[in-house]
Amino acid sequence: MHAFLTGGSSVAVKEKAAAADPPSSSKSQKSKDGKIKIVPWVEKYRPKTVEDVAHQEEVVAVLKKSLAGSDLPNLLFYGPPGTGKTSTILAAARQLFGPELYRERVLELNASDERGINVIREKVKKFAQLTAGRARPDGKPCPPFKIIILDEADSMTKDAQSALRRTMERETKTTRFCLICNYVSRIIEPITSRCAKFRFKPLDDEILSSRLKAICEGEGVEIDDKAVATVLKSSEGDMRKAIMFLQSASRLCGKDSAVSGDIILDIAGVVPEDRLEQLVSTCSSDSYEDLDEAIRGIIMDGFAASQILSQLHDNIVVNENLSDKQKSIICEKMAEVDKSLMDGADEYLQLMALFSTVMNQICHGN
Amino acid sequence: MSLWVDKYRPASLAKLDYHKDQAAHLKKLVEGGDFPHLLVYGPSGAGKKTRIMCTLRELYGPGVEKLRIEQSHFTTPSNKKLEISTISSNYHIEVNPSDVGHNDRVVIQELIKNVAQVNQLDTSTQKNFKVVVLTEVDRLSKEAQHALRRTMEKYMATCRLILCCNSTSKVIPAIRSRCLGLRVAAPTIDEICQILTTVCKKEGLTIPREMAEKVAEKSGRNLRRALLMCEACRVQQYPFNPERDVSEPDWEIYLRETATLIAQQQSPKRLLEVRGRLYELLTHCIPPDVIMKGLLKELLQVCDGQMKAEVVQNAAYYEHRLQQGQKAIYHLEAFVAKFMAIYKRFLEEGIADIF
Repeated sequence: MHAFLTGGSSVAVKEKAAAADPPSSSKSQKSKDGKIKIVPWVEKYRPKTVEDVAHQEEVVAVLKKSLAGSDLPNLLFYGPPGTGKTSTILAAARQLFGPELYRERVLELNASDERGINVIREKVKKFAQLTAGRARPDGKPCPPFKIIILDEADSMTKDAQSALRRTMERETKTTRFCLICNYVSRIIEPITSRCAKFRFKPLDDEILSSRLKAICEGEGVEIDDKAVATVLKSSEGDMRKAIMFLQSASRLCGKDSAVSGDIILDIAGVVPEDRLEQLVSTCSSDSYEDLDEAIRGIIMDGFAASQILSQLHDNIVVNENLSDKQKSIICEKMAEVDKSLMDGADEYLQLMALFSTVMNQICHGN
Repeated sequence: MSLWVDKYRPASLAKLDYHKDQAAHLKKLVEGGDFPHLLVYGPSGAGKKTRIMCTLRELYGPGVEKLRIEQSHFTTPSNKKLEISTISSNYHIEVNPSDVGHNDRVVIQELIKNVAQVNQLDTSTQKNFKVVVLTEVDRLSKEAQHALRRTMEKYMATCRLILCCNSTSKVIPAIRSRCLGLRVAAPTIDEICQILTTVCKKEGLTIPREMAEKVAEKSGRNLRRALLMCEACRVQQYPFNPERDVSEPDWEIYLRETATLIAQQQSPKRLLEVRGRLYELLTHCIPPDVIMKGLLKELLQVCDGQMKAEVVQNAAYYEHRLQQGQKAIYHLEAFVAKFMAIYKRFLEEGIADIF
């Protein structure tokens, strides 16, 4: 029954793919092999091996040694989103254990799983206590330990983290932990001191653009250099974001037309440069009514206050008409507004407060 | 008889009145067969929900319009029972997780897992994924948003999310980077006028141009509000009289009177009076941030230049405290008192200058 159902579905997928795509594109060929056709590019182009991981030399060196047979410390990966933290450890685990053993040797827990103190005490402990053999079923050697991946560890409670401490030490014989987080400061000190810490750097533009181009080639997407530059700028070193933008844009444009910079800006929700310029020049008019109207307009157009804030920051820092002191006053207000926005304050009021400060500095601040 | 808002809601992407480029993009997206998670954002009354429903219809056909309301039950780890109502069709399920307050995380985890673990039986006639529509994502707690992160990736094969919110400021970057963001800007005054005219035509009425413009102005670029106002005008008087004022909600008038009271006199006695009026507004379920914004708008009209900036700063400050605090009345009253103090000082300085 099950085989029948899956068989039926794959035929259906094939038919649909054949109907939807012209046969020339690479995607439809893929689905003719009977593979699932909907794979986000982010998953499809995840590094398969540790060597594929871009730009993070230290980690790669350590993991390579461990692949060659030496021991692995407990790991703590931290860094901004989209730099390859999860990808790295998943690729390493896959290489270490191979596809058969992977399921029994790796326990992956993330914020979407229940992760209170009880889970640490029971599930993690139980898993950690199992001993692991030295060989794979196919006879190849493999390291005699298991890996517990705690993804998004900074959203774990303090209690749950403290419950980890002793478990980590006691089970070193059989288990390695890999904690992944964005902010290392949210991990308690006793845990960080038990791990080898690796910082994942934001990817630089060259690597990003070369990867993006490779993906474009693989998927048959037309894109010009200017659009690539736009993707790089709006993704801020976040590989996942960049790939998401690229895929979304190519979907929106359809198969035939080239991806343009405008569409990428639209997807990224970036406020157009001239719009922002206009806002800043409104500030120098010293007319409160104009400002009020401009801000209402920009909010009505659905731009997010946080986005306006970050773009305004870029603008203010390089603004030549303002003195250093004025800039610092504005930036301080920005910090305050950002915090208020995070707490859920009203966007209109906060933006008004910020821009009236800017206006005050531009017009009366000397 | 249904309201005009519901009656003339466009049902398919082709029939949308504005943002046609976006509609075309959405259509291409659906045709591609591959569908990402969506994050739809924009001010209220801009047509986010309409666009979502149109997209769903484009995906699954008219079957999505057969809706049923269900009560779902969840149990938190601490054995507390939660109940939340969901609206679902055979292909999608819509839920507003912030209804259950800080337990929203449980709802998200359980609900998405439930939906995602069920495969569509017959994939030849349907898409092989279901859609979960989450509304008011910006009101989700941080834990719930974190819970979404990995869930979104894990169940990609069987389940797509459409998130709907007013602003992306309160959505964590990790979620934003996993979704295709769709900005739905509010319709412009012109667009609203046009829609009002066509709707009236379909109803067999004629609406003068000035009248449509007036309604559109008053609605604050909120299409839903514009249509409701227009219908209310129709009930009050037909044929439309452009001379006549468009009737406003009475709480707005009440709020304006309150602002006038504040501006007239600054004394503890007046503050007490204002408190009574603020309570009156709050007990009628006017959201405190709306009251704050309304007051600010009215009060600013009596201030000039430099003072405006100061008042705005204070409004922002007290509104922020209001969001963090428990009882709205303290913060509203603090703002009123602060305004009185600023205004009084300003007046006294003015008098001192004269002598």
